[in-house]
Amino acid sequence: MKDDKLSKGIRRSYRTLIVISALVVAIVVASVYYLDNRKAELVAVEPDAEDPDRVENGIHIRTGFIDAPGMEETIINCTSCHSAELVIQNRMNKERWHATIDWMQESQNLWDLGENEEIIVNYLIKNYPVIAKGRRAELKNIEWYDLQN
Amino acid sequence: MKRRSFIEKTTLASMSSLLGVDIVMGAKMPSDYLPLGLQDPNPFELFSKDTRMTVLNSKPWNIEAKAHLLDDAVTPNKFMFIRNNGIIPEKPDTKAWQLTIDGESVKEQKSYPLSELKSKFKHYTYQLTLECGGNGRSEFDPPAKGNQWTIGAVSCANWTGVRLRDVLEDAGIKDDAVYIGYHAADKHLSHNPQKEPISRGAPMAKALQDETLLAFQMNGKDIPLAHGYPLRLVAGGWPASVSGKWVNRISIRNKEHDGPKMGGTAYRIPCKPVAPGAKVADADMCIIESMPVKSLITYPMSGAVLKKGNSLKIRGHAWAGELEVIRMEYSIDFGATWKKCILNKPANRLAWQHFTASIDFSKKGYYEVWAKATDSQGKSQPMLLPGWNPKGYLNNACHRIAVKIK
Repeated sequence: MKDDKLSKGIRRSYRTLIVISALVVAIVVASVYYLDNRKAELVAVEPDAEDPDRVENGIHIRTGFIDAPGMEETIINCTSCHSAELVIQNRMNKERWHATIDWMQESQNLWDLGENEEIIVNYLIKNYPVIAKGRRAELKNIEWYDLQN
Repeated sequence: MKRRSFIEKTTLASMSSLLGVDIVMGAKMPSDYLPLGLQDPNPFELFSKDTRMTVLNSKPWNIEAKAHLLDDAVTPNKFMFIRNNGIIPEKPDTKAWQLTIDGESVKEQKSYPLSELKSKFKHYTYQLTLECGGNGRSEFDPPAKGNQWTIGAVSCANWTGVRLRDVLEDAGIKDDAVYIGYHAADKHLSHNPQKEPISRGAPMAKALQDETLLAFQMNGKDIPLAHGYPLRLVAGGWPASVSGKWVNRISIRNKEHDGPKMGGTAYRIPCKPVAPGAKVADADMCIIESMPVKSLITYPMSGAVLKKGNSLKIRGHAWAGELEVIRMEYSIDFGATWKKCILNKPANRLAWQHFTASIDFSKKGYYEVWAKATDSQGKSQPMLLPGWNPKGYLNNACHRIAVKIK
């Protein structure tokens, strides 16, 4: 019994010692890490390490999509097979977007979009509306330069 | 500096983690080589393209030229458009590569290793115009679905290979043969190995033409990977999708080939003209064969400002699918009057033809130079958009550049 008590006491003090040393180690590690990080912060900000979903001037940088309701659903469902550029350059009305989704489901392995289909199509027609071009558009964005003959 | 070395040290590791696999032999990888599995490398470096080319789509890769970049008589790789439907094969094993000839109408199914194909059959070189069926799609109204090509999805390089006819005849063609269809090593975007991204073809008459090649060289060198290395079917004058890349099997069919992108609205137009935006049933759609007459002013670049009294020398190319261009004209008054250009003969059948003209302007001001080609059947390019079709194919409207005289 006495031995038991003694060993319990030793164990208790050991435990305290372990807890204290662990705390010391943790504090040392944390402060080294903190100092290191401070140093790193002072050295350079790695742009590649930034948030992959950051938005600048209303544009989702990674994909080029306009940041508006429905963008997240569009990114998740529409960019696993093809690029966002393919979506952005296409201008269609509601009916033709639904038909395009049907085509992708029939022939390109696109899954059932459920209620996201409406959200995605609404996002697309609102943010990428059809622009009327007529039978032939004017020449635009001409960059004038002197031609030396 | 520090950042650069950090990137250099971590590139291989991050490439591996992005790809989800170890890059075997990474240490031996040339420093300028980027594995194709990466979806956001610099495409201009990756494909040796000029940085003035326009990337329309990075997955799958679709890149186009601009009119003034196509000034060379023979298109070099750096200015050649890329149109892909699927994922480019990563590292084709040319030693193991075989071309199989099969199908309902082959007399004897045969496989040819690449080396046998090269040694057994005579080699031919032709300069061949390849234009994407959807070149010019961006101009259609209402808009048509797909990559929004402007004018740069056309090229005319030298292709060297063996005649498809020689290989098909070696395997033997049954009397009931109607069509050929190609199969290739690219992968579907969904990564489903059961699905082919594209498998198109041509009627026997086109397959058996002298200029229809199984090519292994482009402009005297191995075909660049993005353009079909190590073996490409090249059928000039037809939508470039007939010219299958990374080809490893050709089927001789006893019916119209029915691979992916042969049916529905793909590479097909309404058999009868329709109103813009009309719905067209699949049964009323017809496969595009020869491409229509078209031309490009490749010099000068649009936007030239000239001093009054100086004449403007223009040049460019004209082509007409299966046909030859017989007349080339320009207008500086929006089509009210047309003047003839000097037009060269093609290097061979199905090659584009070069034209030049010297233009004098009597007044200062804003002008547009419009170019119009006419084919050997008397058909000319329209100044307005041609007939609307659901997928926006075959826009051969006149090309124009802006010019100012000061």
